[in-house]
Amino acid sequence: MTTKTRAKPVWTRKHLLAISDLTREEILHVLDTAAGFQEVSTRSVKKVPALRGRVVVLMFFEESTRTRMSFELAAQRLSADTIDFVEKMSSTSKGETLLDTARNIEAMGVDIMVLRHPAAGAAQHLAQHVKCCVVNAGDGQHAHPTQALLDLFTIRERKGRFEGLNVAIVGDIAHSRVARSDLCGLQTLGAKVTLVGPPTLVPRSFESMGARVTHDFDSVLPEMDVINMLRIQKERMTASGFPSVREYVRLFGMNRQRLARCKPDVLIMHPGPVNRGIELAADVADGPHSSILRQVTNGLAVRMAVLFLCQQAAALAG
Amino acid sequence: MTTLLDARELQETLEKMARAIASTAPRDVPVAVVGIRRRGETLARRLMPLLERAGVKVSHYGVLDITLYRDDLTTIGPNAVLRGTEIDFDVTDTWVVLVDDVLYTGRSVRAALDALMDLGRPRAIRLAVLVDRGLRELPIQPDFVGLRTDTEPHHVVQVCLQETDGVDEVQLYDYEDAR
Repeated sequence: MTTKTRAKPVWTRKHLLAISDLTREEILHVLDTAAGFQEVSTRSVKKVPALRGRVVVLMFFEESTRTRMSFELAAQRLSADTIDFVEKMSSTSKGETLLDTARNIEAMGVDIMVLRHPAAGAAQHLAQHVKCCVVNAGDGQHAHPTQALLDLFTIRERKGRFEGLNVAIVGDIAHSRVARSDLCGLQTLGAKVTLVGPPTLVPRSFESMGARVTHDFDSVLPEMDVINMLRIQKERMTASGFPSVREYVRLFGMNRQRLARCKPDVLIMHPGPVNRGIELAADVADGPHSSILRQVTNGLAVRMAVLFLCQQAAALAG
Repeated sequence: MTTLLDARELQETLEKMARAIASTAPRDVPVAVVGIRRRGETLARRLMPLLERAGVKVSHYGVLDITLYRDDLTTIGPNAVLRGTEIDFDVTDTWVVLVDDVLYTGRSVRAALDALMDLGRPRAIRLAVLVDRGLRELPIQPDFVGLRTDTEPHHVVQVCLQETDGVDEVQLYDYEDAR
């Protein structure tokens, strides 16, 4: 090797807590690193030794299948050991606090904690009190940074840029950590974001965050480069403020008729799992404009990059 | 600062290396040239036509990114972006010439060997380096060397190439001088 310029590193964070913490350069550094990781998943031996001997614990206090699997696989492809913390069978149901649980797990020699928790700010709280790396895998309605990063990665892959791109996020914006994280990341990178949904789920207050708010999906269709359809959380359907399913589908569902009014190269995204026939018609979900499965694939590379960069920053900090 | 090789000498050194490789390359096994990112990659690409001219049929070319195989996360250049390995052929049963710019501790080569082995089982791997500056920390020796030079740990050997640095030269810097 030749000389290494001792410039200040772009990435110095041992925790990833929210997209709003990150600069433009930091976000792009994660995306570039993730691009380098894509190749690993195409090999016959899908594994590199970068995190060999490190331990990643997956602490999921909320239901999640794909995010947990994606993190687990990402850790394993980096040769880390993974342990699963299963909430139902653990001491938290006996009254132990999150912090006590985390400290006990840390005492066993864990390097990275991946936390999904129903309370906003849980990851931040944890990061302040443990020495190991903390990666937020979703905290309440606050943030889901790796979802935003994989969405950004997918947009860059398909569109090649962010500057000036028109992106719509459609659905229950008020209760969605994905929407908040996506909005924040997209704005940092220079895209123009429009939030779409019924007034009860998309309050005008989001305009103060720099987004455009509309309750008329059809009027904005023709100008969009990217449309991100959020999952309608059926468990919320009974709550007041939520329209009936039929009304929602009629006003905000993405279907063939609406797709025909979009730009020919519009990108239709969805964080999964899809309620087929509600927010997204089956033929659109499976059609050429959809990037749903690509997002899942990219999520793995993005999570590998995040685990790797946080652990590297922790090692550099000594 | 001392110039170890200027542009003309660098070109002659590469030609000499290509002839040395050609004299031992097997005729009955496919030859693959694999560069270690980043300057080994450029050198490997430069060696290809020279090898062809020296009578070697090069069947494959590839690039290794060894970032993920290093033995210490802190030795990775802080702003180095992972670019990924680009080897789109099966390395199994090939005769691989592994190319790097400077051989120093041997740790990069150790990482490169592991990275290659994860991709398959080459018939043989040979190591070609432009500069061997000594001071090995691992039992790794090159098979083809452009220039051997004794150095001290406070020296830096910098290989500059037209493609990445705008000029062809090899320089030796002394960090003690700078202090």
